[in-house]
Amino acid sequence: MAKYKTEPLKCWDKAKELRSEVYDRIAKARDEGTMIVSGGTESAISLPAGFDMEFFGGEPYVAGCAFMGKNDSSKYMKYFETAEAAKFPRDLCAYMRLSVGSLLCNSYAFGGTYPKPAFNLQTHICDTQGKWYQIMSELEGVPYNALDLIPFEWESEYESEESKNLKHKYLKDQMLDIIDWMEDISGKKYDDEKFINALNCECESASLWAQCCMVNRSIPAVMDEKMMHSLYVIAALMRHEKASVNFYKELLDELKDRAERGIAAFENERLRLLLDGMPPWHSLEIYRYIEEFGGVSIGSHFSFGVSGGWAYDSKQDTRVPAMPPKEAGVELRTREDACSWYSKWLLNTNTILRSLKLSGQGKNKHILDLVKKWNVDGVLIHLNRGCEGTAAGQMEIRYFLAENNIPVITFEGNHADIREFDLPRVKTTINTFMETLDLKKL
Amino acid sequence: MIESFKRIYDNRHEYIGKWKEKHPDRKIMGYMCTSMPEEIIYAANALPIRILGGHESQNVSQQHMMGTFCPFSRDVLAQGLLGKYDYLDALGITHTCQHIYQAYESWVLHKNIKSFYIPTPNTSQTPHALPYLRGQLKLFLEKLEDWTGRKIGENDLRRGIEIVDTTRKLMKQIYEMRKSESPPISGLDSMLMVVAAQMSDKEEFNTILEDVIKNELPGRKAKATPSSRLMLIGSEHDDVKFIEMVENLDAIIVIDDHCTGSRYFWNTTEQNEDALTDIANRYIKKPPCPIKDFPVRKRTAHIVNLANEWNVAGVIEIQQKFCDPHELDRVAVSKALEKAGFPILNLEADVTMPVGPFRIRVEAFLEILSSEELF
Ligand code: SF4
Ligand code: SF4
Repeated sequence: MAKYKTEPLKCWDKAKELRSEVYDRIAKARDEGTMIVSGGTESAISLPAGFDMEFFGGEPYVAGCAFMGKNDSSKYMKYFETAEAAKFPRDLCAYMRLSVGSLLCNSYAFGGTYPKPAFNLQTHICDTQGKWYQIMSELEGVPYNALDLIPFEWESEYESEESKNLKHKYLKDQMLDIIDWMEDISGKKYDDEKFINALNCECESASLWAQCCMVNRSIPAVMDEKMMHSLYVIAALMRHEKASVNFYKELLDELKDRAERGIAAFENERLRLLLDGMPPWHSLEIYRYIEEFGGVSIGSHFSFGVSGGWAYDSKQDTRVPAMPPKEAGVELRTREDACSWYSKWLLNTNTILRSLKLSGQGKNKHILDLVKKWNVDGVLIHLNRGCEGTAAGQMEIRYFLAENNIPVITFEGNHADIREFDLPRVKTTINTFMETLDLKKL
Repeated sequence: MIESFKRIYDNRHEYIGKWKEKHPDRKIMGYMCTSMPEEIIYAANALPIRILGGHESQNVSQQHMMGTFCPFSRDVLAQGLLGKYDYLDALGITHTCQHIYQAYESWVLHKNIKSFYIPTPNTSQTPHALPYLRGQLKLFLEKLEDWTGRKIGENDLRRGIEIVDTTRKLMKQIYEMRKSESPPISGLDSMLMVVAAQMSDKEEFNTILEDVIKNELPGRKAKATPSSRLMLIGSEHDDVKFIEMVENLDAIIVIDDHCTGSRYFWNTTEQNEDALTDIANRYIKKPPCPIKDFPVRKRTAHIVNLANEWNVAGVIEIQQKFCDPHELDRVAVSKALEKAGFPILNLEADVTMPVGPFRIRVEAFLEILSSEELF
């Protein structure tokens, strides 16, 4: 008999609908010649939102390719092979290779030709990012620019205010320049009001997603991580739009209601796990496999952080949902105000941007905090051969958690390249882990 | 004497041991990337030395770093964990690639050592990078003052610039001599010179360089007969056996674009503003490594330029396995060189290089180069 009640998420269909709408809009923009701007999805996407445009973000698109490749690998494998034939080495970021391959094949995974952007705008968050869209821009023959983002250090490093101010000013000044640059190369007038609206939506979406994650501290968890992937992606794709804010408000209400009524994501939850690293998009069935033991992944540093806005609360020495401008009592009136807010927001509240560059003691502490606050029983670390960004510090996290008596296991794989993911072997690793926890299949 | 370069390189730890005996009051900072502003460390009367790998197999880095981090970075971490650098008073790093940064983080986590991280810009192409870097260098300087207990004034900084710039100028002078038809110094000795400069006290090293330039290089021929002129590019590379093997064939390396080569010392400091701004500006204008070369691609033009000026017949790219930064540039660099008429051989390096199979590939490459010359 099931331990908890469960029911489908009401927002689920809405999430799917919004997601496919974005990809349809990009296809439509391509066919109708509307401006498309492309870049990594962690780009400052509210910046180009000062124009009428569609943003074509790299990571969710190629994650989608990897996911779809499971059932129909024809396009997916062709993208990889084409990138490799063009001499892009196989151990480079798997997202980048899929993206380059899709472009070189002139193929859009959702149908038709590759949507060529008017320009690419990137935020350099890991060592690959700035180069990825440099390569894309050269192949597309379109202008390229990149923001150099140097995140604030983890709080354990006691970074001085002076250093933070330097980083803040550096990013803000670049943002202001990039607006001028975008006007120059597009020949279009930039609308500050649209930018400010987009930024308000972006911050609100990120804050709301963080609040949704907070609800998942409940036992049983109201979301499991495979659900989360379909939910945070809305912010990844369109966090600068009102529709995203509305979606997360609705979701938050629903999650709170589920928590109150004790509705579980997984009816037999008995082991709460945290996954570190990116999910293997092509093999999401590992989540189902965990369930066979009564395990549920309640989230990850990645799922919480990639779309979440988190502020450090020094009194509690933990992170809490960050306040968007209005809630913080700040009215953004001018372009300068907005760039100033935006740069601080990105430097401070995005734990993923921080962790791609800086791991060490700070990231270890952050993961331990997640383990404690979300009542986690064990950690699975996906050592990702396809992403140097999220690989930062992973082995140290394993070491640190083990020292702190948190059950932890690693498995090697690749988030987007199935050729580097040995599912039976990963299952065997999970079996071993469960055995050490004395858990048998239900 | 040219032999001093190899002596310092082979006996780097003994060299520092003796140096410490002579300078018991001065501190030593090991660093991991050539964007570290050594001038400021000299100004603080401390000694900066670059940490390189040991080129030996090891089994201590695995539990701290994934196998997909480059062998160089894993070798560097192993040096730290094995206690080879226990004499260091501090460890420093600037923003650099994620692999070597991981080595730094793990070293700091497990060795309980004073550490200095300078969050330098990732690109130098925005005009805002200069004031930002200057600001961060000032904070670094203040931390050094705390650490050494001495004030660092403008004159100290100028003295630091003078020491490091002298090394740069002298090494550039030697590199210029390699343009000649019969270069007076081999590629191997040039590499050893640069890494020895990184591993020693530059005030002492400058006198060695001056002596080599004045007394040893004039009229010297590194190779008795003219050989194929090669350029070496790619990731960090200080594998003596590999370079020796290449130059024992009918080839001589006359130029490179490496952080253990020209990139370390190529530009000197333009002294126009306050010393910190001048120093920052020098690092901003330094030939870029791949991770710092965006949004505009400037590195390829620099490499092609070097190949032209040093009149090379071909280029060997030696790249550390899993070195993302250089892999990201590989297609563009190869294309640019080929377009400019320079054949390129791409090789992947590990900590220890199996010279045999590489010899066959280099020989085949040299054959291609010489057959082209017949037409
Ligand atoms: S964070 Fe990982 S997946 Fe993203 S660009 Fe960097 S290496 Fe690629
Ligand atoms: S640049 Fe390449 S060789 Fe150098 S540390 Fe980074 S990954 Fe290794």
